[in-house]
Amino acid sequence: MIRLHHVSKSYRTSTRPALDDVTVDVEKGEFAFLIGPSGSGKSTFLRLLLREEVPTAGDVYVAEWNVGKLPQRRIPQLRQRVGCVFQDFRLLPNKTVTENVAFALEVIGKPRRTIRKVVPEVLELVGLEGKSDRMPNELSGGEQQRVAIARAFVNRPLVLLADEPTGNLDPDISQEIMVLLERINRTGTTVLMATHDHAIVDSMRRRVVELNLGQVVRDEARGVYGVGR
Amino acid sequence: MRASFVFGEVATGLRRNVTMTVAMILTTAISLGLLGSGLLVVRTIDRMQQDYYQRVETVVYLSADLSANDTGCTSSTCSALRGQLESTPGVQSVIFESRQAAFARFQRIFQGQPELLQLARPEALPASLRVQLSDPARFPSIAKAFTGKPGVDRVTDQGEYLRQLFRALNGLRNATFVIALIQALAALLLISNTIQLSAFTRRTEVGVMRLTGASRWYTQLPFLLEAVVAGVVGAVLAVVGLVVGKVAFVDRVLAGVFEAAIVPRLGYGDIFSVAPILLLVGAAVAALTGYLTLRLYVRT
Repeated sequence: MIRLHHVSKSYRTSTRPALDDVTVDVEKGEFAFLIGPSGSGKSTFLRLLLREEVPTAGDVYVAEWNVGKLPQRRIPQLRQRVGCVFQDFRLLPNKTVTENVAFALEVIGKPRRTIRKVVPEVLELVGLEGKSDRMPNELSGGEQQRVAIARAFVNRPLVLLADEPTGNLDPDISQEIMVLLERINRTGTTVLMATHDHAIVDSMRRRVVELNLGQVVRDEARGVYGVGR
Repeated sequence: MRASFVFGEVATGLRRNVTMTVAMILTTAISLGLLGSGLLVVRTIDRMQQDYYQRVETVVYLSADLSANDTGCTSSTCSALRGQLESTPGVQSVIFESRQAAFARFQRIFQGQPELLQLARPEALPASLRVQLSDPARFPSIAKAFTGKPGVDRVTDQGEYLRQLFRALNGLRNATFVIALIQALAALLLISNTIQLSAFTRRTEVGVMRLTGASRWYTQLPFLLEAVVAGVVGAVLAVVGLVVGKVAFVDRVLAGVFEAAIVPRLGYGDIFSVAPILLLVGAAVAALTGYLTLRLYVRT
């Protein structure tokens, strides 16, 4: 589902490449953690998958798309099938929970009938069915992240990318978010999550890809955050 | 494409930057108003030129000898000249005016000044061939061809002093256009700025739209339409301004001039025939500016 083949990425502002000859395969339906210290290349990895960046060398594949070579006008098709959530939620502050989730469908031109049907369904999936008319600032951090996940998932993406989704949340809430991501993973969606969170990685016992200085230093099927750390 | 969604975004955008929106609309309106004034001046000048040049003649004065002896353009020299003039392209009609006819006209023109009439003798006035040109611009070639021919004293063009008048009017028109152009530049920069500001205040929305796979049109059309709305509203204000200007200024100040038919009257029809041009220019320029701004400054 996700395949990086000898991918390097250099930024003009830095002498050291952000990613250096990285080759990683993530199968359809897999749940994988992308770990490593700040500056190790996790965010670049995710940005390449969304075509926010283009690789300097190598090929990036998501589903059937060769992402780096995708023509400009087809980028939206890719992004419609790849959901993403961030540490800072990125909700629209002047829209309700329902409107925030519906926004993702409105902007890709889904008919109103479909939107009215699927938005409540996904809100139920993330456990926010009673809070659909709240504004984001009336919600806790965990609830806001649930809205963001609902928004990312509402169009049933093939892949869900999560960039430190628990970075702003305390441990209990983080665990709840992980339960939610697992639930989404069980629907067949491939989940790739970049994180610093030892506890979560250790408790989940899922595949771990560790980056350091832009290189893959470890790739374990049922890994923990770090040996001896 | 969901129209209600796009128009909702446009309304939000215009409301959120209301001061910039107002500035953008006013500048556009002034610019288009000046453009419209320029176009109206052009129309008036064109009409005046038609009017005036129709009345104006090129005159081929005949030599003293012909003037004295030929009273009906029957001599071979005169009839040859007449024939040549008539067969010259651009000549509409040629009328012979004998010395006697010229004197009669002189008497008619100066009938209020008897002392002048007493002094005048028909011998002082030459006979002439009065030529009506379909295109006054042809005068130089005719002057060149006929000056110095046997029987011709000199060729004059009444249009010459009109040309000076029109040079002044054209200068006025050009000045209006230059100011319109400068103002248009200010309008363009303001539109560009407003769109950037609008894109900045909505960067979260735009970011979400990009990441959820909204097409370029979905993301950018609202901004583009904001610019177009400003352009169109500006054009409408410009037309209103022109109407007000006509009623409050032109009609009053130039009432006498219109009355005397020196300058053709400016009608509402003129303004409304300029209006679609202003609307089109306003909308097109705003859209183009918007498009370029988005291309240059806003990531997709």
